[in-house]
Amino acid sequence: MAGLLRQILSLGLLGEALPPTQPEWMSAEVDHIQQSVLRHFGRSLGVRLVDAGSCNGCELEIHALNSPQYNLAGAGIRFVASPRHADILLVTGPVSRHMEEALKRTYDAIPAPKWVVAVGDCGATGGLFGESYAVCGGVSRIIPVTVTVPGCPPSPLRLLQGILTAVSGSAPNSLPPQPE
Amino acid sequence: MTRDDDTPEITPLAGAIPARHGIVAVSDLRARSLTVKEQGGRLISLWGSDERATTGGYHLQVALSDSDGLLWLSVPLPSLAYPALEDIFPNAARMQRTLHDLLGLHPEGARDLRPWVRHGAWSAHDFPLRKDFVPPCPAGRLEDYPFVAVTGQGVHEIPVGPVHAGIIEPGHFRFAVVGERVLRLEERLGYTHKGLEKRAEGMDLDTLMRLAGRVSGDSTVAFSWATAMAAESILALKPPPRALWIRALLLERERIAQHLGDLGYLCNDAGLAAGFSQFWILREEWLRTQQQIFGHRLLMDQITVGGVEHDLYPDGAVEMTAELGRVELRVRQLDDMLQEHAGVQDRFLSTGRVKPDMAARFGMIGLAGRASAQAWDLRVQFPSVPYDHCDVRMATQSSGDVAARVRVRFEEIHESVRLLRHFLVRMPHSALQTHCPPGCKGSGAGWVEGWRGEVFVALQLDAGGKVQRWHPVDPSTTNWPLVEQAIMGNIVPDFPLINKSFNLSYSGQDL
Ligand code: SF4
Repeated sequence: MAGLLRQILSLGLLGEALPPTQPEWMSAEVDHIQQSVLRHFGRSLGVRLVDAGSCNGCELEIHALNSPQYNLAGAGIRFVASPRHADILLVTGPVSRHMEEALKRTYDAIPAPKWVVAVGDCGATGGLFGESYAVCGGVSRIIPVTVTVPGCPPSPLRLLQGILTAVSGSAPNSLPPQPE
Repeated sequence: MTRDDDTPEITPLAGAIPARHGIVAVSDLRARSLTVKEQGGRLISLWGSDERATTGGYHLQVALSDSDGLLWLSVPLPSLAYPALEDIFPNAARMQRTLHDLLGLHPEGARDLRPWVRHGAWSAHDFPLRKDFVPPCPAGRLEDYPFVAVTGQGVHEIPVGPVHAGIIEPGHFRFAVVGERVLRLEERLGYTHKGLEKRAEGMDLDTLMRLAGRVSGDSTVAFSWATAMAAESILALKPPPRALWIRALLLERERIAQHLGDLGYLCNDAGLAAGFSQFWILREEWLRTQQQIFGHRLLMDQITVGGVEHDLYPDGAVEMTAELGRVELRVRQLDDMLQEHAGVQDRFLSTGRVKPDMAARFGMIGLAGRASAQAWDLRVQFPSVPYDHCDVRMATQSSGDVAARVRVRFEEIHESVRLLRHFLVRMPHSALQTHCPPGCKGSGAGWVEGWRGEVFVALQLDAGGKVQRWHPVDPSTTNWPLVEQAIMGNIVPDFPLINKSFNLSYSGQDL
């Protein structure tokens, strides 16, 4: 136990600053947005994830958001276990036909007001999987989408940007493509 | 005794792994399978292909592992039926059901004929992998699934999923419990079925390589390498040595990245949040290095047919070497800390046990298999370049519980660190790409020990060099039934911990 405490102390605080929202001119407003997240959501913007058929690459980057470097809790954002506790729905993957119904139900279970972030190239358009006997295509085919975050997979920073952009209200509906 | 020596129709496949391929009669299939089983071999995969355009029928395809390497049998079927293999290899059961859902071939003598990856989006009379398949429009409605009912005094059922509380892939788990004890778990998977194999039909190799990297995002290097290997076997293409060394470097980096992440989640599920943070700090740093050196945090699209995309930039090797020292030290400290932590050990020890005899019967593979005394590791048994130079030490345990799977992960991190050091010091200088000739008709196989276990790919190209059939196999397909075994007799709240200790892929099994 003492070893663990020593290690925690020696690493110190690793949390990094929040990324700017999109478009860039809004970056000056990050603080403002964070303040409004804190005000409206009482330090708890509830985020729920539905994997609607992803390859699990996008999930890995959503997990990475929980790395201490991103200081998610500091931004007042947390992942919640039930759609009924959620404000934002993150959806990954092209929507598989087998997940279409479950996705709709989860969306319906979230109390209004609610925002949907379609994650990744798959969430945006169906990506490489396109549309087929097994896949419906992008998320907006099934439920209304607030913001799309392209990338394969989008980095945690971009995901955070997408979440902040969605709640900022004056959102464009897609972040620009992920720079290489 | 049926050995290849007396069957001239089985011939070696060119390429990086010891593999043989040939045509056998359906009447010989069971005898051959039994021989392999008796000699301690395993079933890697069972699938099928529509060959009506060329030979007038369907082929059953079976990949086995024996002491000489990979044995791929193509079995022309005179009808739509073939003899089931599940009594010889239990992992055949779900593969047979999948094959029926996708191609309409019937396993004679099989006990379970329920659909597996078909949930109703297409009907029981439509078979997507037939070349003349027309997608139903509109798609069909989802059908109810006949779960096996468990009855008895005090037994009740808990259905979970497909959408789960955490950040995990979708699947359905049906627990039959008495009080908190699990009597039985039945999995229902197939929710992320994306029709990958159909999608691949007619693709050129470049697009196929992108798709291969997305079978299961956490194993992108393993699937890319196995697919490239299969294509290179058909094209008789030898990637330059440096490219092979870089591939191995990427594969070991992927292994460490995944083990770090899983160990973090195992701490989390055991109630030690600080442990989660420590491992995920390391993982995040590791991914950032990958972004910097290879331009992708998860190492997607690094491997091409005939080579690799990126070299290490001049300081890349120096940087990675320094990083290895840091990671090794911190992982050792965390290992000591977990071993001393009574609360964590209490959760890990004897939880979710798969005994070695059970593991052997089910043909369990990969890191979970090694934790249950199944000593299979392609890097040891059939090492390709550069593993043939480095005498990989396999990590095995025999207790088969969560603690054993944790132990194997720690040991594999240390072994991968050793391998990475070796690669960084000894990496030969050469080009990164061999020119890829125009495609040609043929069949090839790839077989790579990914972090979760062996990843297998079978590839058939047509005369124009386009994909005729591509069949990627994640080790999860074989190991999922063992999760059902591991939870028995445990309490429901231990399920997340047990499930995480395997960390199987849903996307990789659903395809
Ligand atoms: S966007 Fe890329 S990483 Fe995300 S689910 Fe699709 S293929 Fe996987």
